[in-house]
This record gives sequence, structure tokens and C-alpha cells, in this order.
Amino acid sequence: MTQIIYVPDDAAALSVGAEEVAMAVEAEIVKRGLDAKLIRTGSRGLFWLEPLVEFATPKGRIGYGPVGVADISAMFDDPAHPHSLGLVEEIPYLKSQQRLTFARCGITDPLSLEDYESLGGLAGLRRALDMNGTDIVEQVVDSGLRGRGGAGFPTGIKWRTVGATQADQKYIVCNADEGDSGTFADRMLMEGDPFLLIEGMIIAGIAVGATKGFVYIRSEYPHAFAKMTRAIEVANAKGLLGNAVLGSGHCFDLELRLGAGAYICGEETSLLESLEGRRGQVRPKPPLPAIAGLFGKPTVINNVLSLAAVPTILAQGAAFYRDFGMGRSRGTMPVQLAGNVRRGGLIERAFGLTLREIIEEYGGGAASGRPVRAVQVGGPLGSYWPQRLLDTPFDYETFAEKSGMIGHGGVVVFDDTVDMARQARFALEFCAIESCGKCTPCRIGSTRGAETMDKIIQGDRPMENMALVRDLCEVLRDGSLCALGGLTPMPVLSAMDHFPEDFSRPAKAAAE
Amino acid sequence: MTITVQKNLSADFNPDRVREIAEGLQALDGPLLPILHAVNDQCGFVDERALPIIADVLNLTRAEVQGVVSFYHDFRRAPAGRHVVKVCRAEACQAMGAENLIAGLEKSFGVKLGETSKDGRVTLEAVYCLGNCALSPAALIDGKLYGRLDAAKAQARLSK
Repeated sequence: MTQIIYVPDDAAALSVGAEEVAMAVEAEIVKRGLDAKLIRTGSRGLFWLEPLVEFATPKGRIGYGPVGVADISAMFDDPAHPHSLGLVEEIPYLKSQQRLTFARCGITDPLSLEDYESLGGLAGLRRALDMNGTDIVEQVVDSGLRGRGGAGFPTGIKWRTVGATQADQKYIVCNADEGDSGTFADRMLMEGDPFLLIEGMIIAGIAVGATKGFVYIRSEYPHAFAKMTRAIEVANAKGLLGNAVLGSGHCFDLELRLGAGAYICGEETSLLESLEGRRGQVRPKPPLPAIAGLFGKPTVINNVLSLAAVPTILAQGAAFYRDFGMGRSRGTMPVQLAGNVRRGGLIERAFGLTLREIIEEYGGGAASGRPVRAVQVGGPLGSYWPQRLLDTPFDYETFAEKSGMIGHGGVVVFDDTVDMARQARFALEFCAIESCGKCTPCRIGSTRGAETMDKIIQGDRPMENMALVRDLCEVLRDGSLCALGGLTPMPVLSAMDHFPEDFSRPAKAAAE
Repeated sequence: MTITVQKNLSADFNPDRVREIAEGLQALDGPLLPILHAVNDQCGFVDERALPIIADVLNLTRAEVQGVVSFYHDFRRAPAGRHVVKVCRAEACQAMGAENLIAGLEKSFGVKLGETSKDGRVTLEAVYCLGNCALSPAALIDGKLYGRLDAAKAQARLSK
């Protein structure tokens, strides 16, 4: 029987040598004359174990990781090699997860539509093809799915608006401009299970009467762009996309567009401007994109994870999805654990998991072995939280009550060497670098804020300058059109509120 | 539209090539970014002289094209070095010592962030998140992603 061996070609796995490992595995197969076959997959999201090599066995897949080229030969000799992890599915980090969106990621060949279908793919689309648009939309509304990009707006309500708007052309736009530091779930999904996103977009198209979709992928993700390009080619060739979706009367075409290194284009109206070929400057709302979006037409614009949740909702029913979660946060959230943490990776669980469980039980604490001092949740515009807030459950409303946000689900861990005044300064500097320039508080206030923060760091009248920064943050929050200016105060104020000791050091100490 | 590693091709400007790229992509919905990416990739940067040609093909003003080119970080206005190192300085990488990595790279390449070395060997640029946040610090070196990077490894990669 042919021995199947799996090695990821996910960008993160490649960044620590998965390509070299795959080549060494191939060479070893040839050298030993084995009846074996190498399959490249996405990543399981257990990044501290990458490169993770898996051998198929009758009991399940046995994993080895992290594997270097030098380990390969011994791994073939000895199934109980020191890097053996046993059955991958039994690794507690993975076993305790509730993977709905990431159910296939790291398991299948991402470009095999046959593999996709054999593991439950296309069931949602097939069901949608037997329904009318309104019923599909109502399923998504009933599921309680909220936008996974960060804003948490109910996805089904957005779809309902687009569905109810009459137009000769409507669009589905996927926001794959995953710019938040500490997030990589969109990237992993596009690289590891691209057909899921494609399926979700087709269902959205059928639901609202749109026949064309665009995926806007950031240029920092060349691997995801390449994988999606090939997946769309396969989908076109196999009749998943095109004039007759799976032989039905529905047509749906999908195109990719590459971003050009602007964080602001993750904001939906900037993204639409960029897609149209303009500077990525924020549009005022109204009109909502659902009524006048891309090229002035009604447009569903959703994050990768929102669209990728839809096939599960259609296949298993709204109630199945809604039964996961807590409060008004329904379903599962792919949490991305990153930064200074021992076991960083993707954790898809129902809402309600606490930050402490994420960081300590999954993450195993700081990679440096030092105490965890601060955690930033929700990307560069998310709050910095101290230890005492770590028992907060992952839930949109609970986070908001504590002046935080879950955003796109990124959790970045810092140990006790972090200087929170510098982090606050960085938040303002980042806003200055990435501001689209439309609103004055964001365009100019961010630069003035960074300068004022420099004074605080130098010990120059810290109390007076902190009052100035607070005042400026209020103007940014209230006077900006979009979330970049509006939320930059979150990391700044949370750092000042929760870590005041970092902002009031004597001038001398800060000078070194 | 393809992604290729940035190459510092000769700065010889070929207006016909630019027109050919622009005309080849003009039928796309929202063609300007794909055209600029293609010019940037194939010519190494977006030459000033390309702007009126692209504007002409798309029936835009030169100012409109200029505005788009200057808005996005990706579009180069001058050739890059033979090697391009894009190092992440966003929060997750900061938590794992990105600032030290950057200082080390600046020292070993003899350039500041955002500059190209005088001998044209290397361009060092900041990037804000490469989506490799669980394996920080990260950088893209000539289009290849690296995780858990240090300055010595980056230097070794360039010496290959």
C-alpha cells in the first residue's frame, strides 16, 4: 500500500523550512525506493511544530515536528523518533478545538476539489442551489453570524439589504486585506482550503442575486494570492464557477485583485475605492456599500472568515452554527495566538473561551519564559490589556464593556520587557503612516500624538502631555470617518490606563 | 497579473512595453492597480514617464494616476536594490524583538530602514505584518518568507 506523507506548503511553514523538508522527504522516498507519495497541505495552525510532517497510518496520521532536513532519514528509520508527536488529532491543542471553518485546513491538498468534496465540501452550496435567495439570507441571519473582519455587524442583515436592493448588477467582494498584526487566519484559510471561500462567495452571490465576485488580497500575502489564483482556475475548469454553477442556472464569476501595501484598504469603503483603481481613501457612509458599493452597485463586502463560515451554516443548518457561542456572539471564532508566546497558532473554538485559557493553556505563556505583562487583542487598533483582564471571555459585548474589542481575533502576547509608552507611541506612528489623509484628526493628529508621546517618553512634563494625548484621542475618536482614526485611541488610552507606571518615569531613566 | 520578485532591471525606459501592459489589462474592472503592479513588477519600478502613457490608455488625467501611485507603498518610484528585504515591524514581531532585528539588519547591510545601499546590493524596507505572527520576527527576503529570523540568518541568505 502506498505510504502517504504530508508536508504543509503554507507560507508560515515554508518560512521555517517546510520546502527544504518536503524536498528531503522526496529524496528519501527515491533513495529508499519506497512506495510512498508526498502530498502538500495547508497548515494545521500549530505553528511551533512547523515544519510538521505527517505519515498516514491505519490509526490516523502520526506527526513529527518541528522537523529539520537532518531529521528526515531517522524519521523513516524509526517511527518512535524523538520528534514524534503521536496521532496529530490527539494533540490536545488541536483535539480541544471546534473546527468548523478550519475543518479541512492542513488535512487536504488545498487544490483538490475531490478532496474538498469528500470531506464535506460543496454540501452547503448544493443545499443553497435548492433554495431561493431570501431563504438563504434568512439562514445566515438565523445563524447569528457576525462579520469576522472586526466590526461584528450581522452578516445576514448586510445580505438582506443587498438582496432587497434592485440593480442590474450586484457584487460580492471578499475583504482579504488582513492587515492586523497578530492575525493570519484569512491567509491560512486561503492557502489551506481556498474552495471553502469560493463556495461561500458563490452562496452569497446566489443569496443576493450577484453574479460577480472579487477577492481583494493584500500584496504581503503572495502565497495566498498564488493559491487562490490556482483554486479559481480549478473551480472554473470543473464548473464550480462560471456560467452554470454545478450545472445550475446560476452564474458566478470570481476575480482576484492584489492590494498594494495600504493598511487602510482593509476598511471596506477604502477597499472599494482601491478595487475601482483609486487612492484607497475612505468614503463617507451613507450610502452603505450594500446599496451603492463597488462601481456604485449593491455590494456584499465581507471578511474571508465570514464568507467561509457560510457553507457550514448552509450544510448543517443555522441552528447548528448558532448553538456554538455565548450571548450575542454565535458560532466559532478562529482565534490567532501570536507574538511572544510559546505555542502560537490558530485556535478555533466557540465564543466564550477566556483570554487566560488562550494564552496559558493553549499558548503555554511567553516564549521568553518571562511573565506575560500585556496582551493586545484585535490588531493594532485593539486595546492593550494587563493580567487582571485575562479572565475576560472572548465575546464581542464583554470585550466592548471593558473598552476592548476582539476585532479579527488576533491575540498578541508581550512579556514584562515591553515598554507600554513605546507601544502607545507606535500606535500613533502607525496611524500616521497608514492614514489615508481624508480626516484631519487622523492625518495630522496622529503625527502630533506621536510627537507628544516622544516628550512623555523623554520625561518632558508627562502629566501635562498625557492630558494633551487624552484630549487628542477624544478628537480622533469622535472626528474620524473610519476605524483607523476612530480606534487608534484604543491602544493608546488602554496603555495609559492600564500601565500608567510606563508613562511617568523621570526624565533620566527614559533617556537611555 | 502575477507576483514576481522585484528585480532591479536596467532603467532603460520602454514606452511601448508600458503601453502594451496597460492595453493588455485595460479591459479589467478597475484596471489601474493591476496595471501599476504589472509595470512595477516587470520594469522594477513605476517610471515617471510611464504615468502619461497609462493615463492615456485609461482616459484618466496624469494627476489621477500620479495620485494612485503615490498613495500605495508598493509602487516604487526608483529601482530597488538587487536584494529586497522587507522586515516586519508590527506588534507581534515587536513582541519578539523586531526592533533589534531591524537594528541588526541596518548594521549588517549598512543601510537605514527605507534605504537602498550605495552599491545597489540591498534595499531594506519596513512592512506591517506578513501574517507570520506565530513565528515572529518575520521578513520577506527577495519574495521568500522567513520566520524566527535573526540578522545573521538574513545576511547568510543574501550571501547565497
